[in-house]
Parts: sequence; C-alpha cells; structure tokens
Amino acid sequence: MRIYVMLAAALAALPLAAHAQDNAAARSLAATCANCHGTDGRSVSPEVTPLAGFPKDLIVQRMNEFKNGKRPATVMHQLAKGYTDQQIDLIAGYLAAQRR
Amino acid sequence: MRRRDFIRFAGAAAALSAAGCAGTGAGKARVVVIGGGYGGATAAKYIRMWDPGIDVVMVERANIFTSCPISNLVLGGNRSMEDIRHSYDGLRKYGVRVVNDEATAVDAAKKVVRLERGGDLAYDRLIVSPGVDFNFNEIEGYQASQARILHAWKAGAQTIGLRRQLEDMKDGGIYVLAIPLAPYRCPPGPYERACQVAHYFKRVKPRSKVLLLDANPDVTSKGPLFKRAWEDLYKGMIEYRGNAKVVAVDAKSMTVRTDFDTVKGDVLNVVPPQRAGDIAVKAGLITHNNRWCDVDWRTLESKAVKAVHVLGDSTLSAPGMPKSGHIANQQAKVCAAAVIELLNGRSPNPAPVMTNTCYSFVSDKEVIHVASVHQWDAGQATILPVKGAGGVSSARNELESTYGWAWARNIWADMLT
Repeated sequence: MRIYVMLAAALAALPLAAHAQDNAAARSLAATCANCHGTDGRSVSPEVTPLAGFPKDLIVQRMNEFKNGKRPATVMHQLAKGYTDQQIDLIAGYLAAQRR
Repeated sequence: MRRRDFIRFAGAAAALSAAGCAGTGAGKARVVVIGGGYGGATAAKYIRMWDPGIDVVMVERANIFTSCPISNLVLGGNRSMEDIRHSYDGLRKYGVRVVNDEATAVDAAKKVVRLERGGDLAYDRLIVSPGVDFNFNEIEGYQASQARILHAWKAGAQTIGLRRQLEDMKDGGIYVLAIPLAPYRCPPGPYERACQVAHYFKRVKPRSKVLLLDANPDVTSKGPLFKRAWEDLYKGMIEYRGNAKVVAVDAKSMTVRTDFDTVKGDVLNVVPPQRAGDIAVKAGLITHNNRWCDVDWRTLESKAVKAVHVLGDSTLSAPGMPKSGHIANQQAKVCAAAVIELLNGRSPNPAPVMTNTCYSFVSDKEVIHVASVHQWDAGQATILPVKGAGGVSSARNELESTYGWAWARNIWADMLT
C-alpha cells in the first residue's frame, strides 16, 4: 500500500516536473487568488465565483472590466489593478486548466 | 522522532520494510515547519501539493487549529468556538506529518529542531511560523494580573475566558480594551472587537460602555469606516482615546494606568506589545528592535540564519504590509514555491506577488474591508504595495458579510484541507 502510494506520487510528479518551471510562475500567481476563491480556484463557498475550469478569456475579460470600472465589485476592482496584463493572462490560463 | 531519524539514515531497504510506521522513504529532502497557523499550515500543505518529492513535518503544540480571524465574533456572541476550530487531519492527505509537540530549540549548524517531548528533527530547510509572543514586562503589574486580565490576542482559551467575563459583567459596566503601539498582530482587530462587544452590550446590557485606550495617535486601520460605525450603530457606547498608552495594570483594584490618568473598569482586556514568537528568539532569527525577523521577500529566508525561513506575524513587515492571517498565507505560498525550487537546485521566482484582504465585522451582519496588492520592487529590493491598487469599502455593507464569511471558509480550506 505504502509503496503503491509512493509510486503513484512519483508518476504523478513526472509530467509536472517537465513543465515545472514554465508552470511555476503561473501557479504561484494563481495561488494569490486562493484565499478567497479556493485552492486552484475550487471554492468551498457558493457565494464566491469558482475559478477552476472557468474559461480563460472570460477571466481575462472580467479582470479588465474590474480594472477599468465597467464591472461593479466590492473588492475585485481594487485587487485587479494590482496585477499586470501579463500576470492576469498567466493566472487565467492556469485557473482555466484546473479541474472543476 | 528518534526512530524516524534512525530509519532515514539506515537506508532504503530498512525504510521500506518499516514503511508502515516510518512515514516516508529515505533520501528525500526534508522541510520542518514550526507552527500550524495561517503561515505554517499553508506552507506545509503547498510544499507537498506542489512537490510530493519533499518530506514535510509540521510541528504544532495545539492539537487543533483555532483561528484568530472571526474570533472577535465569538466574543460578540455571533459565532461559536466550533466555528473557528478546525482539525489538522486534512493535511495528512497531502502527506504532511503533523507532530503534536513544541519546538524548544533550533541548532542551525547541525540543522536540527529539538522537541519538548524529546527527539530531534533533522531538516534541509526550516520554516518558522510561530506568530507573536508578548512583552508583558513592558506593562507594570501585568505578570501578576494574568489570571484576571486577558489579552485574547491568541484565539483559544483566552477567547473563551474573555467571553465569560463579558457575560458575567453587570449591565452598566465598563469594558476597557487597551491597544499597543503598531506594529501588532491584525491592525483592525481591536476596532472590530470594540464593535463586536458593543453589539453584544447593545442587545443584552445596553447601559454598558466600551472604552478604547489606544497607544497609537489614531485608529490604525479603516479609521473613518470604524468611526462611522461607532457613531451610527453604537452612539454613546464607545469612547475612543488616542495616545493613551497603558503603562501599568492592577487586577486587585481593576485599574489600568496611562501616562495621563488611571481608569477603572469591570472587564480589562489589555493587548500587550508584541514580538516574534519565542522560538524565533531562541533560534536567533530576530534582527530588529529585539522584536521582528527580517527576511528576503523573494524566499522568506531569514536574513540572520541560512536555510531558515520565517513567515507571518514574526517577520519585520515590509512597507505597507499588515500582520494578518491573509498575508501569512500569501507569504507561505511564496516561501513554499521558493523552498521547492531551492531544494531542486533551481532559482526561486525573482518577482513574487502577494495580496491582502481583511474583512472586519462591525456588527452581526455588516462588514468593511481593506485590500492591497504587493509586488516585488527590484530597485528597492523589497515587496511594496502597488500604487493605485487596493483600498477600503466605500461604506459598511451586508453583502461583504457574505464575502467575509466565505473568505474565512475558503482560507481555512486553503490552509488545512
């Protein structure tokens, strides 16, 4: 059982390792969202938009609308302004790729 | 622990044959995390989640997590202790080994953490996230008064104790809350607490008063929003005095003394000046004012001791960065990513980002927030708030109480499950 778990972990880690460095920046940026939106965008609270598997274009669009004030918000208009367009693109790509 | 270390050095065959009780195989890099709060638990989970090839042991003296955020609502009677207590069991599914013990010493030369119940834990990288401890000796008489005068600035037994004192207080009594000079844990916390206690008094003991004695010249966080709430919701119930540093307390006469006068109260809630947790002191991590630990914000590595990282309230806060649970969680992820890169022989992310969002409940259903985003500034070699980003609520509102509670549920899940 123990060995099986270790092997499974090792196998799971293999594809991750290949992309580790490409993915690390996006993963860390997206992790800044997790306090409110859940780990990897899987919110445990229905009141907060679950971002896992949310379409990338839609995340980018909404973040831009928060930034330019077109989309009303309580806090996201203040947080969105703290990220560059490139960072938002990386975050959106990472979250869109997460299983719901 | 001794057994585990023996197995580690005894080689793979022994490790596998004894794997049922050993925990992990031999040859893995090991990270030891001291402290299972917002910083430590998050770091432990994220290292295992992002790199299962690293062995993670988290040392925590409590057998259950108790959240400081939301604990003011327990004092106000709007939430229960059960709401803010959460099991560490969820970390085990990530393969974090949770050791219920207290770290008593760090030998940075040998890279070993000593535990109170005996046994040493060897580490390749150590993460120290002990929160704050208190400088009781800066307030005359506090040491002798601790049975009667509580701080409740660490959630747990003192939260229950202070709630009981408030329940036992007669209608018409005075609750005194003394606030230390910044920096201290959770800048808006005292002002939220004043709201929660006043909310309780308003419902149950309407002739009672809240007296805030603030060592700071003015409310340190969300000032206009808190003052507006006090005026609108608790008119005549909350008195605020700035520049009122408490220098002495006396439990027998139930008084506190400032530089100007002596005040008598029925419940004395004195929050002492704070510093990095005891283990950070013992490990030689303090760099500033005998209080805080300076770190490299790209890795959270100590500027005093190599291969040791410091998280959360113990750190010498970067400019504009509050000592909050939210920030500790964000620091933990930057640290986790950096530790993984370092242990794999790669370079850590050169430009980390962190956010802070802090919700304060000014009643049972109205909330105000403060938020900020912090980006690495290569020129100044620190992490700074992004100008033009962040801010506070436009006004207190009920919608954000939904988000405030959702924040709590999600951040607890993010660190523990």
